[in-house]
Amino acid sequence: MNSNNNILVKLNNAGFRQSEKWLVEGVSLTVEKGKIVTLIGPNGSGKSTTAKIALGIYKNIEGTVEKYTTKVGYVPQKISIDWTLPIRVYDFMLLTETIEDSAIDEALSLTGVIHLKNKNLGSLSGGEFQRVLIARAISKKPELLVLDEPVQGVDYTGEIALYELIKKISDTLNCGILLISHDLHMVMTATDHVVCLNGHVCCSGSPIDVAKNNEYKALFGEKASQILTTYEHKHDHVHSDEGEIKKN
Amino acid sequence: MFDDFFIRALVAGIGIAFVTGPLGCFVVWRRLSYFGDTLAHSALLGVTMAYTFDLNIAISVFLISSLIALILIQLQKKTNLPGDALLGLLAHSSLAVGLVVIGFLTFIRFDIMGLLFGDILAVTTNDILIIWIGGAIILLILKLIWKPLFASTVNYELAEAEGLNPDKAKAIFTILMAAVIAISIKMVGLLLITGMLIIPAAMARNVSDSPQKMVLFSIIGGLLSVILGLYSSLEFNTSSGPSIIAAALILFILSLFKIKQSIKLKN
Repeated sequence: MNSNNNILVKLNNAGFRQSEKWLVEGVSLTVEKGKIVTLIGPNGSGKSTTAKIALGIYKNIEGTVEKYTTKVGYVPQKISIDWTLPIRVYDFMLLTETIEDSAIDEALSLTGVIHLKNKNLGSLSGGEFQRVLIARAISKKPELLVLDEPVQGVDYTGEIALYELIKKISDTLNCGILLISHDLHMVMTATDHVVCLNGHVCCSGSPIDVAKNNEYKALFGEKASQILTTYEHKHDHVHSDEGEIKKN
Repeated sequence: MFDDFFIRALVAGIGIAFVTGPLGCFVVWRRLSYFGDTLAHSALLGVTMAYTFDLNIAISVFLISSLIALILIQLQKKTNLPGDALLGLLAHSSLAVGLVVIGFLTFIRFDIMGLLFGDILAVTTNDILIIWIGGAIILLILKLIWKPLFASTVNYELAEAEGLNPDKAKAIFTILMAAVIAISIKMVGLLLITGMLIIPAAMARNVSDSPQKMVLFSIIGGLLSVILGLYSSLEFNTSSGPSIIAAALILFILSLFKIKQSIKLKN
């Protein structure tokens, strides 16, 4: 039963085993409308696996996944596209859902790649392709967005702008976001709930709680904890792409 | 109108080209050419079945090819052998078993060359009906599963994550492959059906920049190949299948000039 109407996806003690090896186990988390849940953890700690469990890509899992939405946008960490396919950015935007041209243009403009609309997907750089992936995921106005290291390969200023965009989308579309990020600044300023993974849930809670957690310190070191706790103040403004200050 | 064998062959061939065009694109995109070969080889068994039990050839071939596809899927799950080894195993053993069975059926006269390479003289009005009705059904189903099939061809996990059920689309596509082989076997012959699927699609790839264009050019290429091939088959008294495929090859070679041009433009 869905007692809370805001719940989009709920993992109950979920885990996935591949050829006798647990990739991740015992994960419980909930993504609600308008909330950003971030997964952090070292390489191989099961972040992407957890995202794929939530998405239903992995079928034979331990535990359960309850999903209350079918409107899902996904930005995978690794995507291998067969370049024997003649496919333009425009075709790729229509991949899983037929959306209007105006929505395509809007999404491509938001991520700054509208000029690539008719380019062949194979001719894009890594960062450009990443922006197209994000545009595709948000253009369908999903209720649940799963972003697996969405800004990898994007230049530094673009990275900040894209994270701000993600935060904005969570507010305007009121969609729930499951984010995997190494960017502790992003984790701290925009996230509602942090889950720290290391093959299992090592700790979880609000960013501040996690930063103070001893297991987190043991996993990431004292330095990372300091970075997180530095942000223990309230922001009353945000910066637009042009650097202009906007009051919250 | 269908009294003339050549007109019948032309009408049948045109029907086939409309179906092999779009399906051939997926065969190229999904790297299924060897899979197509395997299904086509197993069709010989289907033909012998049809003669033995006096069934319609297209239906019998469709059933046997679907069965072979099912066996392949089971073997992939149960063994550790690589996919191409399993395909080779099924392709050659079903061809061999088919030929052995033909050896036993001494009471029926087989035109082996016709089976392997196609025979335009063999096309009946009934075959035309099967090709056009069957072909229309195949295209309709392909249109219905286009989105999940294409999305999972681009990226399986994206399609699965966003709720498109790619496994179901893949299973349906396998059945469509068996069906297209069943309707085109008489015309093109079982050794050359994969060529009819792949060569026009490969030609189309050279001149297209979007999936829809590639499908369109693949159909056009297939139609031209059928028309050119059948006329030359009539003119030079050659087998219909090889003539069609040779025409497709010529179109492919011509399409290579287009690539050269676009590379020059880029530089």
